[in-house]
Amino acid sequence: MSQSSKTYTPTIGIECHVQLSTKTKLFAAVGNDARDARPNTLISHICLGMPGALPVLNAKAVELGARAAFALNTTPAAFSKFDRKHYFYPDLPKGYQITQFEQPIVLGGYVEIESEGVKKKIGITRAHLEEDAGKSTHPAGKDYSLVDLNRAGTPLLEIVSEPDIKSAADAKAYARELYLIVKYAGISDADLYHGNMRFDVNVSVSSDPNVLGTRTESKNLNSFKSVEKAAEYEIKRQIELLEKGEVIIQETRGWDDAKQRTFSQRGKEQAHDYRYMPEPDVPPIILSEEFINEIKSSLPVMPDEWRNRLLSLGLSRSQIDTLLEAEIDNEAVDYLPIIESNLDNPDVAKFIANYFVNIEIPMRHDGSVSDKLDNQARSTIYIAIDRLIQDNKLSSTNAKALLTQLLKDGLSPTDIEEYAAEQGYIQESDSNEIEKIVEAVIAEFPDAANDVKNGEMKAIGFLTGQVMKKSLGKANPGMAQELIRKKLA
Amino acid sequence: MSQWPSIKDLASDVNSGRVSASEQVEKALKTIEEKKEFNAIIATLADRARQRAKTIDDRIKAGENVGRLAGVPFIAKDNFLTFGAETTAASNILKGFEAPYQATAIERLEAEGAICVAKANLDAFAHGSSTENSDFFTTLNPHDKSKVPGGSSGGSTASVVLDMAPFALGTDTGGSIRLPASFCGAVGYKPTYGLVSRSGVVAMASSTDVIGPLTRTVADSALVLDIMAGTDELDSTSIVKDKLGYELSPTEAHLKGQKIGMISEYMSEGLEPEVKDSINMAIEALKQAGAEIVDVSLPSLPLALAVYYVICPAEVSSNLSRYDGQRYGFSQQDTTNLDDIYKQTRSIGFGNEAKRRIMIGTYVLSSGFYDAYYKKAQIVRTKLVKEFEDAFKKVDFLIGPTAPTTAFGVGENTADPLKMYLTDIMTVAVNLVGVPAISVPCPVSDNMPIGLQLIAAQHQDRKLLEIAQLAESILK
Repeated sequence: MSQSSKTYTPTIGIECHVQLSTKTKLFAAVGNDARDARPNTLISHICLGMPGALPVLNAKAVELGARAAFALNTTPAAFSKFDRKHYFYPDLPKGYQITQFEQPIVLGGYVEIESEGVKKKIGITRAHLEEDAGKSTHPAGKDYSLVDLNRAGTPLLEIVSEPDIKSAADAKAYARELYLIVKYAGISDADLYHGNMRFDVNVSVSSDPNVLGTRTESKNLNSFKSVEKAAEYEIKRQIELLEKGEVIIQETRGWDDAKQRTFSQRGKEQAHDYRYMPEPDVPPIILSEEFINEIKSSLPVMPDEWRNRLLSLGLSRSQIDTLLEAEIDNEAVDYLPIIESNLDNPDVAKFIANYFVNIEIPMRHDGSVSDKLDNQARSTIYIAIDRLIQDNKLSSTNAKALLTQLLKDGLSPTDIEEYAAEQGYIQESDSNEIEKIVEAVIAEFPDAANDVKNGEMKAIGFLTGQVMKKSLGKANPGMAQELIRKKLA
Repeated sequence: MSQWPSIKDLASDVNSGRVSASEQVEKALKTIEEKKEFNAIIATLADRARQRAKTIDDRIKAGENVGRLAGVPFIAKDNFLTFGAETTAASNILKGFEAPYQATAIERLEAEGAICVAKANLDAFAHGSSTENSDFFTTLNPHDKSKVPGGSSGGSTASVVLDMAPFALGTDTGGSIRLPASFCGAVGYKPTYGLVSRSGVVAMASSTDVIGPLTRTVADSALVLDIMAGTDELDSTSIVKDKLGYELSPTEAHLKGQKIGMISEYMSEGLEPEVKDSINMAIEALKQAGAEIVDVSLPSLPLALAVYYVICPAEVSSNLSRYDGQRYGFSQQDTTNLDDIYKQTRSIGFGNEAKRRIMIGTYVLSSGFYDAYYKKAQIVRTKLVKEFEDAFKKVDFLIGPTAPTTAFGVGENTADPLKMYLTDIMTVAVNLVGVPAISVPCPVSDNMPIGLQLIAAQHQDRKLLEIAQLAESILK
């Protein structure tokens, strides 16, 4: 047999379940935050599927669904409705899940990603509202299973992408961008650790660009990395099977994070007929033009728009990404709005952005920033420090040191210059003072002075360093160098 | 003659202290006991009813006005969730189920001082037209123990006719209030869809289920409706009540100038001659009293039963999914795995009719059959809605019989489910289109009761009750 030289094109589509940041469940006035709750404490007769219990739609979830439409670059459907999806399982109390099957709240839209330096649009097929099921656990070695219905009825938005994703790297970029989008739009807390976003990755490969291969669905991935790795693994696995002349089985697969591989879940799957039917207990969602416009105008600046604004400052892509992620790390700490409020002075804005990326954000990651400083105070500090640098009163080394100290101690002195002077950060720009020191240094290091005279400019650095040392770091190094040149010309 | 005065008078007697709530409860419980052999009642709420009566009497002694239903006993169909007794929907699968909350309708009646004294028999899960599908026993017709009372609210209706309480609650998904009203000679009111909250009522077919009263008089029905009606935050399909309410005062309305359409499809096929004569006589009497009677045809009406028996089982199969032996009710634990718990719990817990409807419903919703059955049925349903709307542009009310026959014999139709389904032929269309309808007794000689059905356009409940009251006085 000859070695195949076929090239295979992967085709990837991603379904993402996003938990909406509502206070209560999708159809019951019961608390939604199951993170620290004891099992089966966040439940009502509705969550339990008691006889006679009726679902009552959470208006906030509808609002967030409508926001999602704009966040995904489209408009929410003026008319959408719910359906019942039937199957039996102990963590599904009613025997059906209420979901939007026929007419979802979001149809169309796209997400723009940048992967390997190229911008791509990933189409969105649809996004629909639905309730989550409860949680089943199967204790090892026991003859029973446990059901926790705290999560039952939690509102989800399932965002379904078109099969526009062509590589594992793109899959990761898409997942990450979706994360930023739902977070910025305020749709979800997007707490990945607690499963607020769960990705199902559909992968197929084909050697014929006109024919799609058989796809597999790797379910319940909860990190960007596992999305990438699962896609990568499936692409490789499927190509290997095809190369061996075998066929791909359309199936649901799980992801083993420890072994970094997908595995078949066929045993648990049955051929389901969900017997969808319109949900008669929940009237259709009809959104007025007024409501839709209100939602549209309430949407904050989205990540892509921030990128465009920050690119115009000349920041690098990776600096921008750092800022975009930092912004949503801690709701109380602003970065982008502080940069934005200085956009009419791009140099200041850029300075602040750089200091955020290089100093404050790494400090935040170490947990070494005091929480005593509010956004207003931080903004004032940054602007003041920039001014001191512009006025040649602060060296960049001292600026960093000063900022670090202020952030760490949570200080917001009313007069920052005065404070910096007290703390010895302000540099000497009085040329008479510096001249005295320069003269002393030249006298102390005649060899180096001679070198400079003979044109060996390396020695200037040495002499400047000595001036700085003698001035205890306070001399303006630019002025010192100029004076040395003048004296030894 | 009934031992109960009108509901309004009774409440006013209790509020004024002329009679006590406790006396009313004892009277009801005594009658329930005396008429036990009719099998109208599944369980009494004796303890809770007596306690409530005592509280009400104490409040009245303290000078309070307890409400518009002070001390009025009533009986709820056993698919209403209530405290004080099990709620079974007359099914084995819910045997032993104690409701953790009460139906909104019950709550609203209690808030006005009414006292639920018992839970009435029904076809299990309200599936049926005779109460013979009850998993427990068949209720007997108060006029003839060899006949059925109609269903599914057969126990509720019989209890009112047997004078056990001034009123009872029923549910009407395809005729389950009006049909037994017709068979037993009571007033049965089916409101506009959504007018009474369905919260806390065991669901049968969610898109057609309504809640309504069974009473001796139209005025009693109107008062009970007025108290139950209106939006409920626990039921998103509930609607606002008429701003005038529904309680009838001596009305200015009269039949002169009222245009009433006689439904020709209901007057032709399969109508028992006796029923036909009685209805014709009643219509003639209304004409004499000044009503203008015209023939109206609703061409899709003959399809209504077929449509109903696709949509209703589809919703039934879905609504009964929750009875899985996992959280409440009957559970067959003597099994080896999850699938067996499901299969055996449901095989043992559900009766034949529930199983039949689950199977029909599952079939019509299956992929590959959905379009041919469910979707097509919805299309015809939409057409029916349109035909009723058009009819109500021409006439104020529609009129016809409630059922094609009088009450049939116990066991007469049980072997043939299709024949049983045909009992609903004149009631189901009203549920599919969501309009209000009422069955009021027609004059009969010595024979079994016959019901006259009056139908109005959506939200015209008040107008319908007014004209029904006029008809009632004319037909007396």
